[in-house]
Amino acid sequence: MKLELRSISKTFHTRRGNTYALQEITAEVASGEFVCLLGPSGCGKSTLLNIVAGLERPDAGVVLIDDQPVTGPGRDRVMIFQEAALFPWLNVRDNVTFGLNVAGLPRSEQLAIADRYLERVGLRGFEKAYVYEISGGMKQRVALARALALDPLVLLMDEPFAALDAQTRDLLHTELQDIWLHSGKTIIFVTHNVREALVLGDRVLLMSARPGRIKREFCCQLARPRQIEDHALVDVAREVLADLREEVMAAKQEVGSERLAA
Amino acid sequence: MNGWRLKLLFFVILLVIWEGLARLRLWPAYVFPSPVDVVQSILSGFGDGSYSLAILTSMRRILIGYGLSLGVGIPLGLLLGRIRVVQDTIGTLVLGLQALPSICWLPLALLWFGLSETAILFVVVMGAVLSVTLSTADGVRNTPPLYIRAARTMGARQWHLYSGVILPAALPAILSGMKLGWSFAWRSLMAGELLYVSLGLGQLLTMGRELNDMSQVIATMLMIVAIGLVVDRLVFSPLERHARERWGLSVA
Repeated sequence: MKLELRSISKTFHTRRGNTYALQEITAEVASGEFVCLLGPSGCGKSTLLNIVAGLERPDAGVVLIDDQPVTGPGRDRVMIFQEAALFPWLNVRDNVTFGLNVAGLPRSEQLAIADRYLERVGLRGFEKAYVYEISGGMKQRVALARALALDPLVLLMDEPFAALDAQTRDLLHTELQDIWLHSGKTIIFVTHNVREALVLGDRVLLMSARPGRIKREFCCQLARPRQIEDHALVDVAREVLADLREEVMAAKQEVGSERLAA
Repeated sequence: MNGWRLKLLFFVILLVIWEGLARLRLWPAYVFPSPVDVVQSILSGFGDGSYSLAILTSMRRILIGYGLSLGVGIPLGLLLGRIRVVQDTIGTLVLGLQALPSICWLPLALLWFGLSETAILFVVVMGAVLSVTLSTADGVRNTPPLYIRAARTMGARQWHLYSGVILPAALPAILSGMKLGWSFAWRSLMAGELLYVSLGLGQLLTMGRELNDMSQVIATMLMIVAIGLVVDRLVFSPLERHARERWGLSVA
């Protein structure tokens, strides 16, 4: 599997004028790679992920998977959102089988797959629980199991841990690395948190403030499993943070000038 | 428990006052019957089968009429909620028609369908279908976009998106529409049966008036209240509570 982004641009047209969200983004993601998209808020990183997912269309450019252009959403590219987006009318197990049911698998096979992945994310015994009965961290685990169950080519994660408390987040960082190491899945992970990007990613693509471009690329070769407080990681983070800070300031200035113009 | 005791006490006192007033014989019994008269009327009415027949007739009508309302209202609401053009055209019409009390359809129904069962069903449907439609449309419109995005990234389209996500997401709203629709349907049926007589509980009321039998009138009123309450308490309230809790709308 090879994922290619070819000069992707996206502009949002609003009453107040045009917002240039993405400009000429070109990147490649290899099979089994863990890539983090890092950038200040509003830099268009989520938009880029939506375009890969097929939930939004670029104005120019194309996303290619094994040289086939992406034309819409599909279960080869499952997305995980900041909110778990579980369906409250289904129990945990039926949430995991949702996509398998859409795919038309026999029910017995659906259940076997669901139980396997629920076990994988440590939620055995919660199959019959409903969404309102489980914690935020557990919801994201279900969302992860639900995505993995579809065995997608690429897992797209849009700040999935941003709304969780620090302990839960650290735990899920470790578990996600473990799952990635064992499953060999390709993952694109969007975050605005430098350390999170370095803990998880093989490669970190730093995006600039609007219009979003890929400003720099960092390779992170530290040993796994990584922890957010590893010394080596903190050192690298300092360097990346300096770059990111520049972009955050730039983003602020842009917002400021927009206010003046308005 | 305390609230329950208070209610019981209140109704017992009410009954005692009623019986006391009736015993004072301030008015003739055909104007102001005692509770005992009413209970006797109920017993004899069920004894000779006339009340049971009236209840069965009315229940059959409401089940058919209400069923039709759901069959039309839910799909129509789905279209209204998802398709802008339908909302702007039929949606406006539905909203406008809701201002019309459903019994006002009776003259039209009588001219179209004659003095038939169809005419009365038509009035019942017009009473319930609009609120079912509007609530469904409302629920569908308020489906969290995140659910739809999540479903689409898992490959859901058309059928799976509607039956698996949009309808269930709208279910709490659909249920409140169904509850409202039920009470409108029940009122419309009673009004229709009162005006255009052919069996049913409404006819018992009319007959009671014509025979100066106030006990029968009050007995029938009590039965109408009882049926309305029982359906609301035993069917709709538990369903609604269950859905609201499951959907995380309120924690009981």
